[in-house]
Amino acid sequence: MRRGLWVLAVLLSHWRRHRMQFATLLIGLIAATALWSGVQAINQQARTAYDRAAATFGGVRTATLVAPNAATFPQNLFIKLRRAGWPVSPVLEGRVQINGRSMRLLGIEPVTLPADVGNAPRLGAGDLSRFVAAPGQTLVARETLGDLHQDEGAMPSISSGAKLPPLHVLPQLVPEVLVVDIGVAQRLLNKPDQVSRLLIGTAKGKPAPLQSVVGDQLRRVEPSDETELERLTDSFHLNLTAFGLLSFFVGLFIVNSAVGLAFEQRLPMLRTLRACGASARLVNSVLVLELVALALVAGLIGLVCGYVIAAALLPDVAASLRGLYGAQIPGQLTLRPEWWLAGIGISVAGAIVAAATSLIKAVRMPVLATAQPRAWQQRQRRWLVLQSLAACAVFAVALLLLQYGQSLIAGFGLLAALMLGAALILPAILEILLLAGQRLARGPLALWFWADSRQQLSGLSLALMALLLALSVNVGVSTMVETFSRTFVGWLDGRLAADVYISAADNAQAIAVRNWLKDRSEVQAILSGGRAETLVEGQPVELLGLPDHPLYRERWPLLESAPRAWEQLVPGNAAFISEQLSRRLNVRVGDVIELPAPEGTWELDIVGIYADYGNPKGQLAVNVAALIRHFPQTPQTRIGLIVPRDKIPGLIAALQKQFALDDRAVADQATVKAESIRIFNRTFAVTSALNAFTLGVAGIALLTSLLTLANSRLPQLAPLWAIGVTRPRLAAIELTKTLSVALFTSLLAVPLGLLVAWCLIAIVNVKAFGWRLPFHVFPLQLAELVAVALVASLCAALLPVLRLARMQPASLVKVFANER
Amino acid sequence: MSADKLSRRAFAGGIAALAFARRASAQGYAGLGESADGFAKVTPGKTFSFPGDHGPHPDFRIEWWYLTANLVDGNGAACGLQWTLFRQAAKPGPQAEGWANQQIWMAHAAVTRADTHRFNELFSRGGIGQAGVEAKPFVAWIDDREMKGTERTDDRTLAPVTLKASGADFSYALTLDADRAVVLQGDRGYSRKSERGQASYYYSQPFYRARGTLTVDDIQVEVSGQAWMDREWSSQPLDTDQTGWDWLSLHLASGDKLMLYRLRQKDGHDHPFGNWISASGSTEMIAGSDIQMTPKATAEVAGRKLPVEWQIAIPSRSLSITCKPLNPGAWMGTGFSYWEGPISFAGTHDGVGYLELTGY
Repeated sequence: MRRGLWVLAVLLSHWRRHRMQFATLLIGLIAATALWSGVQAINQQARTAYDRAAATFGGVRTATLVAPNAATFPQNLFIKLRRAGWPVSPVLEGRVQINGRSMRLLGIEPVTLPADVGNAPRLGAGDLSRFVAAPGQTLVARETLGDLHQDEGAMPSISSGAKLPPLHVLPQLVPEVLVVDIGVAQRLLNKPDQVSRLLIGTAKGKPAPLQSVVGDQLRRVEPSDETELERLTDSFHLNLTAFGLLSFFVGLFIVNSAVGLAFEQRLPMLRTLRACGASARLVNSVLVLELVALALVAGLIGLVCGYVIAAALLPDVAASLRGLYGAQIPGQLTLRPEWWLAGIGISVAGAIVAAATSLIKAVRMPVLATAQPRAWQQRQRRWLVLQSLAACAVFAVALLLLQYGQSLIAGFGLLAALMLGAALILPAILEILLLAGQRLARGPLALWFWADSRQQLSGLSLALMALLLALSVNVGVSTMVETFSRTFVGWLDGRLAADVYISAADNAQAIAVRNWLKDRSEVQAILSGGRAETLVEGQPVELLGLPDHPLYRERWPLLESAPRAWEQLVPGNAAFISEQLSRRLNVRVGDVIELPAPEGTWELDIVGIYADYGNPKGQLAVNVAALIRHFPQTPQTRIGLIVPRDKIPGLIAALQKQFALDDRAVADQATVKAESIRIFNRTFAVTSALNAFTLGVAGIALLTSLLTLANSRLPQLAPLWAIGVTRPRLAAIELTKTLSVALFTSLLAVPLGLLVAWCLIAIVNVKAFGWRLPFHVFPLQLAELVAVALVASLCAALLPVLRLARMQPASLVKVFANER
Repeated sequence: MSADKLSRRAFAGGIAALAFARRASAQGYAGLGESADGFAKVTPGKTFSFPGDHGPHPDFRIEWWYLTANLVDGNGAACGLQWTLFRQAAKPGPQAEGWANQQIWMAHAAVTRADTHRFNELFSRGGIGQAGVEAKPFVAWIDDREMKGTERTDDRTLAPVTLKASGADFSYALTLDADRAVVLQGDRGYSRKSERGQASYYYSQPFYRARGTLTVDDIQVEVSGQAWMDREWSSQPLDTDQTGWDWLSLHLASGDKLMLYRLRQKDGHDHPFGNWISASGSTEMIAGSDIQMTPKATAEVAGRKLPVEWQIAIPSRSLSITCKPLNPGAWMGTGFSYWEGPISFAGTHDGVGYLELTGY
């Protein structure tokens, strides 16, 4: 034991003399742990939220009975089933508008509600009678209270004019949901004796077969492990995970090079220890112990950093998820103990994997063998061939995925395979480039330059691979975001046809506003809109009512359309379909779609497809008058106005004064557009932040690799200095070498990055969101990125080069004296 | 006449509203001591009329249809079963329609054999048809559980009726018949339960002959025997200082029926009550001072000590018997938990019956 401590003290003394190296090792481990853990924390937070949403009073975690057309059905089916011994509980769901804000209304029956509905919020004993007995309660999350600008106990009105029961906070509830008694829901939604679905509890006996009780009026839907939200947000979380993983591997590259160097430098020390009588087992155990201890410390620091990163990113992530998918994530980060354990575990495991080669070397080291200088170049050829073969195999996988992959995972798999293959083949390509350079070189120094660059390649290759990956991801993501941004802004211009938008609190106010507007001379047109919701194939679909106005025909953008599409829309038996819904339902122009509506099925000819970026729900656009005919409950609170530009501020002020409308209820086009773009930008804030992080980590990897190389390369440089090449000259050559290799890598990263962008736009986006963007290349942006990469490489290379330039001649002479 | 007998079911019925919230609460008990304002009052001199009074009385706060049966299977093995339906009104006043209806229904069903005890609990809201009672033709139901008469059902005897219930691992279906009329308890159905005026309307049918099938763990057996049904309704049945009760219904081999119970008070004063129903159907109250109820042995069930064996003596009737449970583990682990199971007795008289223990 005592001996072990001495061995440890000796080994640790190395770090005292090589503080920079120690810092590098720690930074590598911290970087590996931090971003990975941060991303995991965010994903965990989101999954918990989805789970809670799914379990809300028997969501998809419970088996249910629904009508085949997903419409509501008579309550007496519920009674029939109960009388037949089915342990079912009714739920009525719909949407209501409160001050123009749409909320999900969930009517439940607490007495029969199955007790085993996951981590659903529960009602306490005393709460139950208050919930059921008049006036009842509206259960909401605290966030919802804030969203509605209401206090607990308030009774806000919905657009039909009916009042909700007093609001009551139920902390575990998810936001944007109002939970009321089913009787109250039937009244508020004007669906007396109607039920949306029946939750199936634990059977207490053997109920009669479903068919014999209700015929084919209801069908059973099994509980799903994956919620709709989880399915939708998969891509987003995969994206985060991919960034976390990338940073984790880059961090491990750093650890690998730092440990490799330390081992190289400690070889004489290890030999001396062994010669002094420390057994191989003892020395190796202490080496592992040292590594694990370092990994634990770095892991803890990494976790703290991960927490900070996660906490900093979470608001943006939450905003993205809300904007893109309508998913509600609490903004406050909560962590579980498993997260801490997993983080520490991944740090230790990563450190051991990264140090494995060095440790194995130490175990096999013969006591009396002289220390060999690193012999990378000896094995380089074989290694390059092997790695290139592996790259080809990975590319083959990528091709297969491209050809046969259908899912989102396949899309990401394709991306991963592309990048891995490119990283693996990078050294071979650089080798070929450098060999070509060597063939063309004239003069001994130039020849030496190229040859030495080649020799350096294996030492630098991990860092260069990291740089390639980080850069290509950067190019890919930036191109995608920029493409999206331009398309989105252009689309928004067409989509926001009216000049002023009004969202009245209820129908009565809307009528009053309309009447008032008729007398205003500056209003050139009053455009009515409307939105309703229905279910198509069990999934919610929005119905957008469009006014029949020339302005819409001119400006509203359609991706594809039948001849005279707008004229066909007017009678009410035709619709435009959003791009994502058309993909999901596999519907094209010319097809017919059947919608469940309160007055019976509504058949619609599809006469156009339009882009609907950023909408998590599928959408159909129909004539607004037809919409109100088929969905009489549609709130008619949305009004658009055509007004000359200079009259807009005056009109808005007058409207606000006359009807006490706040900024959200009345806005001009510019404000709406600015708000949309703000939300859009926020959506990609996370992506950009992670992008920057990974590029930073890749920079650190490059720096540490160069530092490592600089030390081990003295024997190669000393002879040159001895034959008369000055130190500044040597330093300049070194710098040129590093920058040229980095430049090659950056240039290779550009096509790879564009390929990544194409994958993101043409494959991942389509699968994840259902929209395909036109592919644009932005050369200026690319040049900028290459420049940034070169500057990063310059900074990374500068430190060792400056050191070389200032190195005492004595140090260089020592090379000849030492055995190295 | 056992005015206070009311409280045993009142207790169980009264907690319905709380129990369905899946949490038994000691405070729930006190809730029944609240004023009955707004609900109909129980007053002496009511003239019972059937079939009307077999149906619900929603103006009163609580009400129940409560049946226990002592049966034997083809091999002569004894078993017992319970079928109970409770109604409680959350507030007085006119009956609201649909989901807004203020009635809450609760039902218990249990099967007890020497080797097993199975039970189950159901809840329902009124106004929607999931649970309820209709007087003619008689039917009392909740979900797929029901007690049901036919056109032939005699209003005086409330027979014949069929009875069915099921739980996760048991079910039963019985036909009940009786040749004697229902028996009005107390003073012609007015059952006073304390000096402070609390009372209930109360009648029974203790003369049911039962026959049918009983299924436990998918094994079905034919059973037959006798059953006892109580019907009570009231608005303020319970005193706040009562902690629980020990209640027995006994089918004597002679054909006479005996109902006994002891109400335990916080101050330690236990009030025994008794009611002797002759085989012909005439009833007579037994003075409390004439009843000796002595716990003989306790069993530890569900972490509590319960007096499941009793020594009972009524000197004026020359009765001295020892009651033993068929299964000491007949614990009803429902929202409001209690012990209830079949017993047999021997001594000066032999027979079978049911024992209920609450508040332990």
